Amino acid sequence: MTESYVVAIDQGTTSTRCIVFDRRGNLVSVAQREHQQHFPRPGWVEHDAAEIWRNVGKVVPRALAQAGVTADQIAAIGIANQRESTVVWDRRTGVPVAPAIIWQDTRTDAVVETLTRSPGAENVQQLCGLPLTTYFSGPKLRWLLDHTPGLTERAERGEVLFGTMESWLIWNLTGGPDGGLHLTDVTNASRTMLMDLRTLDWHPDLLAFFGIPAAMLPEIRSSSEVYGTATTVLPGVRIAAALGDQQAALFGQTCFAPGDAKCTYGTGSFLLLNTGPEPVHSSHGLLTTVGYRIGDEPAVYALEGSIAITGSLVQWFRDRLELISTAPEIETLARTVEDNGGCYIVPAFSGLFAPHWRSEARGVIVGLTSYITKGHLARAVLEATGWQTREVVDAMNADSGLDLTALRVDGGMTANNLLMQFVADVLAVPVVRPMVAETVSLGAAYAAGLAVGYWPDLEGLRRNWHLAARWVPEMDATVREQERQNWQRAVERTFGWIKPEARAANG
Amino acid sequence: MPGQVQSIARAAAILRLLASSSGRLGIGEIARSLDLPKGTAHGIVRTLQDVGFVEQDKTSGKYQLGAALLHLGTSYLDVNELRSRSINWADPLAARSGEAVRIGTLLDGKVLVVHHVFRPDDTLQTLDVGSLLPPHATALGKVLLAYDVGAANTVMQGEPEPYTRRTLVTARALTRALSEIRDNGWAAEIEEMTPGKAGIAAPIRGYGGLVVGAIGLSGPVDRICDGSGAPRPTLVTYVRDAARAVSRDLGAARW
Repeated sequence: MTESYVVAIDQGTTSTRCIVFDRRGNLVSVAQREHQQHFPRPGWVEHDAAEIWRNVGKVVPRALAQAGVTADQIAAIGIANQRESTVVWDRRTGVPVAPAIIWQDTRTDAVVETLTRSPGAENVQQLCGLPLTTYFSGPKLRWLLDHTPGLTERAERGEVLFGTMESWLIWNLTGGPDGGLHLTDVTNASRTMLMDLRTLDWHPDLLAFFGIPAAMLPEIRSSSEVYGTATTVLPGVRIAAALGDQQAALFGQTCFAPGDAKCTYGTGSFLLLNTGPEPVHSSHGLLTTVGYRIGDEPAVYALEGSIAITGSLVQWFRDRLELISTAPEIETLARTVEDNGGCYIVPAFSGLFAPHWRSEARGVIVGLTSYITKGHLARAVLEATGWQTREVVDAMNADSGLDLTALRVDGGMTANNLLMQFVADVLAVPVVRPMVAETVSLGAAYAAGLAVGYWPDLEGLRRNWHLAARWVPEMDATVREQERQNWQRAVERTFGWIKPEARAANG
Repeated sequence: MPGQVQSIARAAAILRLLASSSGRLGIGEIARSLDLPKGTAHGIVRTLQDVGFVEQDKTSGKYQLGAALLHLGTSYLDVNELRSRSINWADPLAARSGEAVRIGTLLDGKVLVVHHVFRPDDTLQTLDVGSLLPPHATALGKVLLAYDVGAANTVMQGEPEPYTRRTLVTARALTRALSEIRDNGWAAEIEEMTPGKAGIAAPIRGYGGLVVGAIGLSGPVDRICDGSGAPRPTLVTYVRDAARAVSRDLGAARW
């Protein structure tokens, strides 16, 4: 019998990757292609959805060729995707009507401000679990409808379709204009602000509040079930899972029990805590979201703390300041000094996410003296990620009433030993990395494999999880507290930077 | 005497041209100066760009000498970069073999552990990234010495410490072992540093085939070796496959 595999497509913020996994959850091959980031105005971030779809068509065959396998050996495809990024396209031509508005994009500042003052605003978070901010799809879609002539009418007539990246890819994979399936999963739908967290369906009050025509919305399905069969790229292979990338990582880390938590360190970083079959509302600035839903089983909910800028701060250091030539070199540079030299960087590039939610905040570098070298700056870059993790963990402990005992980590930045040690130091709990750092893709593969019977059950998946590395706290408690206070003072200096008038003008 | 390799001579000429030019040069200018077809000049420049000897200015598209030329003598692959590039292949090696995996490079005559993946049995283990291993008594070290004549000579001129009865301490024994490693493409260490422990390692190659590190596994000798005391062929295959996968990633990259 020939070996069979599961393919994961990870459509991320900076690149699209295809990873082939075997039955033990081992990575067999990987192919990746970056796509263009467009910054047409300050605060705007756009992608070309058509370019992303073309990249899928390039990376999937490459990953299969590298693994030496053919389409008939693929048991299922699972998709993990950048969340909230909003695509609207023409149902007949398959052409996007505008550039995709990416989750980091803050152009909806003014839209959000207006919405906050509208009647019904007070019920939004209770219904959808999310605070009214620029990051989610609802306001982005509202902006597109407002700024594209005739779009609302076309949406009402069902001529254009809305979707986040998984909807866009599934629609294209299953035929596009020629019978493509227009659907999304509960995790992605839970990031639109349009879905009722309890019924897991679009809520008429939310659609009315944001002014979204129902005809343009995809059907909401489970995260793990067979949606249909691909007609292109991998013709004949079942598409059996879709999850927002962070929920996929939660699944890939096998955080199946309430109280299990993981943090994925990528462009941004995202800490998710499994809270079981009931949504838990946060009083500390965390989001309530759907963790996953398997077939007809009840949905599993999660609390989420999102940090906007972590890996992207390293990229900024590399591409804009040009102090390093590759991202991993930040560790080399940071190790040229013993400590941060009193320098702190708070990367509130597009405001601050959890637990502050200050969209008017902007980044600062504080504590500059003539003593500071680029090595200190490199340290401050890495430490910013550590402290932002600490803030989210503090909020999560307060909301859940549980104290985190260990943090499961994944993502590209886990290759940075200095950073992982620092995270353990500031959290004062061990940080553990599983054998497969690519948990986003693994989670999508797991969910897809589960739906088609490639893996029997969650217990089987859990047995695949093995410890690859463990960092234990070494920092002196007094130092930790001093540094925490310094960080806090640095954060306060970011608040209130963008004035309301300027924001209105930007919008 | 073998004949001259034309493309290397042309590459050298391009480097001299860029070094003597006051500003950056475009492909057309390079091609005209050396009387080469534009396509030929472009191919050479692109290769020089891949190895880091030439850099292209993003806005003008013109070329200048690369920073790597200034650091020819020092290690050209950052160790954190090496870890970052190999992490996806070290994990499956540990998972498949059931043993701990380490990646090492040479640093001042010792093996610097740049990456460590725990043995996948979820027992308590300590991360030893940053620790130094003796090159003559470890599989990782012997691989690195096999492809670095200078380092090998230094080790042999010093007095290699005998950790066990099986540690290779004479120049003769080491020379023979290193030559065998080059023939086989991998190295084993059987109770040469710690009684009861064994390891297998293979070279990681960067652009142009230069050895930039070694990846290997280690564990109890009865798990690493078969009944006859030889390293298990399946484990050797796993190690070599992982080394090749990392090398492929490094070679395909821009250096």
